[in-house]
Amino acid sequence: MTELFGVPIAVLSGQVMIGLINGSFYALLSLGLAIIFGLLNVINFAHGAFYMLGAFVSWGLLTYGGVGYWPSLVLTPLIVGALGAVFERTMLRRLYGLDHLFSLLLTFGLALALEGIFRWVYGAGGKSYPVPASLQGVYNLGFMVLPIYRAWVIVASLVVCLLAWVVIEKTPLGARLRAATENPKLVTAFGINVPLMLTLTYAAGVGLAGLAGVMAAPIYQVSPNMGSSLIIIVFAVVVIGGMGSIMGSIVTGLMLGVLESLTKVFFPTASAITVFIVMILVLLMRPAGLFGKDK
Amino acid sequence: MVETRLQVEALEGWYGESHVLHGASFTVRRGEVVTLLGRNGAGKTSTMRALAGIMRKRKGRAVFDGNELLTTPPHRVARLGLGFVPEERGIFSSLTVRENLMLPPVVRSGGWSIQDIHELFPNLKGRDTTIGTRLSGGEQQMLAMARILRTGCDFILLDEPTEGLAPVIVEHIGHALVKLKEKGITVLLVEQNLNFARSVADRHYVMEQGRIIDEIDNGSLSSHMDKLNRYLGI
Repeated sequence: MTELFGVPIAVLSGQVMIGLINGSFYALLSLGLAIIFGLLNVINFAHGAFYMLGAFVSWGLLTYGGVGYWPSLVLTPLIVGALGAVFERTMLRRLYGLDHLFSLLLTFGLALALEGIFRWVYGAGGKSYPVPASLQGVYNLGFMVLPIYRAWVIVASLVVCLLAWVVIEKTPLGARLRAATENPKLVTAFGINVPLMLTLTYAAGVGLAGLAGVMAAPIYQVSPNMGSSLIIIVFAVVVIGGMGSIMGSIVTGLMLGVLESLTKVFFPTASAITVFIVMILVLLMRPAGLFGKDK
Repeated sequence: MVETRLQVEALEGWYGESHVLHGASFTVRRGEVVTLLGRNGAGKTSTMRALAGIMRKRKGRAVFDGNELLTTPPHRVARLGLGFVPEERGIFSSLTVRENLMLPPVVRSGGWSIQDIHELFPNLKGRDTTIGTRLSGGEQQMLAMARILRTGCDFILLDEPTEGLAPVIVEHIGHALVKLKEKGITVLLVEQNLNFARSVADRHYVMEQGRIIDEIDNGSLSSHMDKLNRYLGI
């Protein structure tokens, strides 16, 4: 049997793989957004820009410093996280007492500014980032060929997502995070430095976006607008999964990635809007999101 | 003369624009259980929240073991040995019983072991993986007290521990308080239940409109019942 629903298996499984790749990035990005929203109550519109920044930092490390993919995988999230921490300390934290709208506008502004700067310096065209030597080549699975780098991205982002989930749901550090999300004042009264926790959480969230940027660099073009074209879908993923739900972000990210690329096979014209149709349906039937808790 | 642990002078406090504490002054000495009595809205809970650093807009002085509480950053207050058990109990619904118990960091040695805690509150035994807010009201109160005892805090701000609890649970909490006292822990207690208050406390302060208007020794409480009933509007 080489066809399923009138579509060759190779095409179908190829699409599923593309979906899983996209879904991996949705999951990584929406995970960071969910963590930040959960604790800081900030809708971080700059998330896509930090993802772009991650790709550019990684590209810059290689181009100007000769720092390769593997060290970059560790260094870039640290650099992006540190920049995020500076932004949180100097600007974002002044808006915590105010309406959501203020921090949304600030992060939106930051995203525009970052994109503008990179477009000014590097132009709108993309830079390419080579696939690291150790991950070149393909696996032949018989029914399809699977590029090794893509398999690595799916596995690595899945591992990172699950690790983040374990840290948040199963460790004492995660318990502090969850408690501070519920009642920051009481957690402070217990002797925990919540403002520091907010900074580190923001840094970790955008650090994850930076990591996604490094992993994306060899697959997509490293370009100033790579973040903004992704971020809208990622926000839809967060809404579908349930604002602030960690597992919701991970599962929904992967699921929607696959759904979106399967739509390309069966009904190509609708593929760009699949995610938003799902979002509308979910909001109609479960306003708190698939994994969200009703308040 | 027993050493003064907490000296509050002319404490004022605000919730946003609303001025709720109007110069409360009182002292708590080492090893005492002192209550704040008064009608609803007299400022008892606000006093607790001001001392714990949850109410941020404050004036006046509050000296705890030689440290100025009002200028101490809120996350350092617990490190001085001041533990807070809030009126609403503050059990976290996204944490298990165990996680709730282990949440507040240990601030000094001499904190209670899990074994000590289970001895004092047997209801908490074997409930580690239960979600905190699935416990009954009385058990949540026990958990809220237990997690502070574990930290080694030896001065506890205990806000209405008996509110809404069945008499048998109230009795249990009362026994626990007596045991804390035996261990030398100092307690500032807000309490509406006068019978409970007189069974555990050394001294009582009466609050009205954000001020302390009277102080009554527990020993002479019965001779002041008329006055007290008038204060409390019973």
